[in-house]
Amino acid sequence: MTAALLRRIAELAFVAFGVSVLTFLMIHLIPGDAAQLMLGAADAAPEKVTALRVRLGLDQPLIVQYALWIGHALTGDLGNSIWTGRPVLDEIAGRVGVTLELTLLGTGAAIVIAIPTGCLMATLRSSAADYTVRVLSIAGVTIPSFWLGTMLIFGTSALFPGAQVVGYVPFATDPAANLQRMILPVTALALPAVAALSRVIRAAMLESLTQDYVRTARAKGVSEARVIFSHALRNALIPFVTAVGIILGYQFGGSVVVEQVFALPGLGRLVVGAIAERNYPLIQAAILLATVVFVIVNFLVDVLYLVIDPRARG
Amino acid sequence: MKGRNPILWLGLLLVAGQAIAALIGPALAGYEPNAQDILARMQGPSLEHVLGTDNFGRDILARALAGYRTMFAISTLSVLAALALGGTIGVLAAWRGGWFDEVAMRLMDVLFAFPLILLAIGIIAIIGPGATGTTIAIAVVYTPIFSRILRGPTLLLREADYVAAARSIGATDFRILRDHLLPNLTPVILVQTSLSLSTAILVEASLSFLGLGTQPPTASLGRMLAESRNFLSLSPWPAVFAGAAILLAALGFNLLGDGLQDKLDPRLRSRQ
Repeated sequence: MTAALLRRIAELAFVAFGVSVLTFLMIHLIPGDAAQLMLGAADAAPEKVTALRVRLGLDQPLIVQYALWIGHALTGDLGNSIWTGRPVLDEIAGRVGVTLELTLLGTGAAIVIAIPTGCLMATLRSSAADYTVRVLSIAGVTIPSFWLGTMLIFGTSALFPGAQVVGYVPFATDPAANLQRMILPVTALALPAVAALSRVIRAAMLESLTQDYVRTARAKGVSEARVIFSHALRNALIPFVTAVGIILGYQFGGSVVVEQVFALPGLGRLVVGAIAERNYPLIQAAILLATVVFVIVNFLVDVLYLVIDPRARG
Repeated sequence: MKGRNPILWLGLLLVAGQAIAALIGPALAGYEPNAQDILARMQGPSLEHVLGTDNFGRDILARALAGYRTMFAISTLSVLAALALGGTIGVLAAWRGGWFDEVAMRLMDVLFAFPLILLAIGIIAIIGPGATGTTIAIAVVYTPIFSRILRGPTLLLREADYVAAARSIGATDFRILRDHLLPNLTPVILVQTSLSLSTAILVEASLSFLGLGTQPPTASLGRMLAESRNFLSLSPWPAVFAGAAILLAALGFNLLGDGLQDKLDPRLRSRQ
């Protein structure tokens, strides 16, 4: 257990280091002079370009630049927005709540719906049912969430004219209105995840329903509902935990797009806006933070896996 | 079990139909995708305009077909590039082992750690929005996926008796890779390429929906959907059809990949 855990921690540290190096290099991979591009006009005054280069440290050797950058980042200084001059961390902090709320609600809703759906799907064993379930779940996975969102907006405003379906109300201002505005975006985000996760549950259930302990349980007269939910499901949840860890990353990416559909002021809209403004410090910081969070989440999933599955400790 | 694989056939039918539509459709649409007819704007489906017209009076069918062509071109090119690059890295890492394996796969781990869309957005921030940026972004994002998928089977094949036999009669590495490894890796490659194409189509559509993909006036399905949202209550048709087209394209490749997996993976076949 300890050896396996130490190995995971070493991997975590290496990946986090690699992610920071690649994110740092981003600004150096831009074709042309980054400082010039950030100032916009091709004829930006040379002294202003030089000043920005010095401010960004672009005149230092690469290794020194990385050391300075990562040193600042670790103390919570990820630079200032080229556009507003405010620390990018402040700009991100103002937006990240929306994206987190959307990602977590979308994943949570998907988990709650997928577990019973997957169990139900596992009880349908005819080949016709098998094909129907497969085609439907594949269709569910491939439905573009931005299209689903758009159609939900259209359908809702056709059915309930005057209903407020886009825009954002902060949770602190009005929790009910906040959650009400979240219903459609969360639906758009959750449906593909429901399809993916219920398929994982179904496959794992079919696997565990053939195990000896399930036969034993049935033989001693345990009710079918108890066999499914208590005996088979517990083991089926092991692959499910891994799938949820992967899905969280996808949900985050999905919420970047869904924010755009529902005009939610989240991280996605901030980053997409920053590309048009060539606000590189902001883009860098947002990518670095989001990726490090996901590296840590996946690490925790791995650790959880070690805890719930003794076979993984070897 | 022989010949009974409706999922594979459904996928094949969808992919073939849409590939033909993307190839010859624009020539048969009867309208230029960018031709505006301001008097005929925002019409529903009719005999004249089978899928209706958009806010500039452009024919939706012609634009959707041109958008298909763009979407297929970008996703196919980028996934094949990822297969070539990632596949080579994965196979060589497993084949050579040692420090090369360690360095290459740790590098892939790092790329794999970024949330997919965010990595694509970061690459587009470097190269700039447009078709080239999108193609390179998707290619880089899918490279670690192919390297991981191909490394595992290569590790197993490396130890196979027939590989040892080939080596003992003096076959070169290149010849063993080409004649013995590649045929055995083909099923994995076909399945993964098809499944990746399905998700790459969704990524391409998402990026162009965000305004980071193909730039106007080139027709693109994601952008078509984004633009039509401003006129949704007046005319839902462009949004409905653009989204349905993206869904059908992604669905076709996903069904194809799923069906191929069933047909080609002996382990799955015996379980059913």
